[in-house]
Amino acid sequence: MSRAETERRTGDDDRAPEGPGLLRRAPGGPGRFHRVLGGPGLFRSELIITVRRWRTLALLGVLAAVPVLIGIAVKIQTGDDGTADDGHGGEGPAFITQVTNNGLFLVFAALAATLPVFLPMVVGVVAGDAIAGEASAGTLRYLLVAPAGRTRLLLVKYATTLVFCLLATLTVAVSALATGALLFPLGDVTTISGTRISFGEGLLRAGLISMVVAASLAGLAALGLFVSTLTGSGVAAMATTVGLLITVQILGAIPQLEAVHPYLFPHYWMSFSDLLREPLYWDEVGRNLGLQAVYAAVFGSAAWACFTSKDITA
Amino acid sequence: MASHESAQNTDESQDLSPARRRAARYFVPVAVAGIAAATIGLVPALAASGDPDLPEISAQELIAKIAASETEQLSGTVKISTDLGLPSIAALADNYLPGPGEGGRGGSSAAPEDKLTQLATGTHTLRVAFDGPERQKISVLEESAEYSMIHNEGEIWAYDSASNEAMHTEKPGGKSGDGAAAKRAKPLSITPQEFAEQALKAAGPSTSVTVDGTAQVAGRDAYQLAVKPRQSGSTIGSIKIAVDSETGTPLKFSVNPSSGGKAAIDVGFTKVDFSKPSSALFEFTPPKGTKVTEADESAKGEGEPSKQDLKELEKELENEFGGFPGGGLNVIGKDWTSIAKFGTGAGEGGSEKGAAGAEGDGAAAGAMGILGGLGDPVSGDFGSGTVFETRLINALMTDDGQVYVGAVTKDALVKAANADK
Repeated sequence: MSRAETERRTGDDDRAPEGPGLLRRAPGGPGRFHRVLGGPGLFRSELIITVRRWRTLALLGVLAAVPVLIGIAVKIQTGDDGTADDGHGGEGPAFITQVTNNGLFLVFAALAATLPVFLPMVVGVVAGDAIAGEASAGTLRYLLVAPAGRTRLLLVKYATTLVFCLLATLTVAVSALATGALLFPLGDVTTISGTRISFGEGLLRAGLISMVVAASLAGLAALGLFVSTLTGSGVAAMATTVGLLITVQILGAIPQLEAVHPYLFPHYWMSFSDLLREPLYWDEVGRNLGLQAVYAAVFGSAAWACFTSKDITA
Repeated sequence: MASHESAQNTDESQDLSPARRRAARYFVPVAVAGIAAATIGLVPALAASGDPDLPEISAQELIAKIAASETEQLSGTVKISTDLGLPSIAALADNYLPGPGEGGRGGSSAAPEDKLTQLATGTHTLRVAFDGPERQKISVLEESAEYSMIHNEGEIWAYDSASNEAMHTEKPGGKSGDGAAAKRAKPLSITPQEFAEQALKAAGPSTSVTVDGTAQVAGRDAYQLAVKPRQSGSTIGSIKIAVDSETGTPLKFSVNPSSGGKAAIDVGFTKVDFSKPSSALFEFTPPKGTKVTEADESAKGEGEPSKQDLKELEKELENEFGGFPGGGLNVIGKDWTSIAKFGTGAGEGGSEKGAAGAEGDGAAAGAMGILGGLGDPVSGDFGSGTVFETRLINALMTDDGQVYVGAVTKDALVKAANADK
């Protein structure tokens, strides 16, 4: 707690609040007054605090390691002639067979491998911690002794989580790109439809896919934020969010529940690979983004209803 | 502890108690969820309700329009849904159908036969692109992968991105001129256009062909052509073909079983574009590291040239279908209610598909036992037997080894068997 406080202070020392009539110093929280103004300053300081946590850095480190591991594994499995020598093609994670042709495919393979579990888990931890973590550290009430208000704080927390989604996705993508470039040849990209695009266009597609993958996590982020407003314990909120994620993934794997599958937030996650077709196939991607928007609206407003009507005692 | 916001809100709503005001906030997420659900439910309903207003047209004119259609260039997305009432044709075919698929299957996972049998069950999305007779492409969209068949001026490629394997062959008339190999990789008729042509061929005096209103298909105004059997006893209720009102291109084809329910076969465009597709679509160079199988090679993979292979196949077919003790295939009835009859000779042949063909009596008897468990027992003047039902095709296997198969109801099968005695 004292460390976090120090970080908050170093995070935006230059943003002392101006203007008369503001409560500048919260009792008992000497460093907190920097955050009272809200707006971009609050958002910036929240983001810096989130990213600078050791926990966050460790999670990002794990994410960065996954593509390296996949790359090395594929490299070892590959014969000297440059072709994967296993006879059973079509198994394993998506795009894994194309990695040996083109290192850029490691980006897609790594995203396909991390999207079901690793990425959402990391997002679940950050989203679950957003409000409940402040409450359990005893800092929430000081955040609220400010004209910024609860709604604004909640929006800032959600925006921070969304930026973190993008950051986590880019961590995987950049690490995969670096590993792929080191271990495998780069060059013109063959789309899964069999057509060829230049490496530059391939990079653009990789960027686009990263954005779509990050946006795919928006629904989970809202769900985590909602859970976070329900409890005063950061650990409980994180565990619940990750638990919900796993439950939903299991439900999505049961064929008898096919009727409800289109309503589960991970259902269209893998649709990002439709952006590797030629011409681009947007139907499922659109459905994915729409579903995420619905989840964000429903659980975002639920979080708002819960957070603005509850008594904050910690 | 009082927050800033609640302090701000106190004067706005003094009549409500704080507790009630708080509870009211929970209506917001509920309302959002409700609006989302309603929108998702209503949008397809609204989109489907607008049948376009088109000038009247006779069935004959419409068929002529299809025949005169000069659409050579188009690209689009096709959705195929098949519900034949079978668990999985692909699995059955893998187990029971020997023959032409085998050589290719051993050679490469990019061989087209397996992919095409998979299309016979469930729902699949395809993308098609046509640019005259020289360039066509059909892609089956799979989860994170795609299976493409590309024909570009004599070169035929099949590429399976999941396994990163490709199959190559050349069209007959090219330098290799191996017709058998070309046939292997040639796409089956799976576009709505080809489906429609085949259905129209079947029309005769026993068939009613009418124009059944209009519909919106893939965002285009279309006439609906309905083809119905005049005979009773057919399992096919109607065949509907939606024809684009401008170009005369069939856009949707569906077979509805007479028992009702959703269409047994439904093939239709969900998106269509009549402009010239990009030529880059048809260019395929196998990426480095892709395993390429020449179709000729895969046939030779078994140590025989493909011509001899074909002869063997013919012989095999003769053994299986022509060589039955019951005297082979007979057709009872005609048109919609035609029933194929063949004898298996009790205890010798296996099933209607020749599953147990050469495998000996024991295996055949075992197959009979398993099949008996799948069907319903029936009896009549012909004796007794077992009926196997799907949504379109029914089969009756009598205990003395006669098999009757047709797109007719169970009663019609029994009647035919009775009359045959």
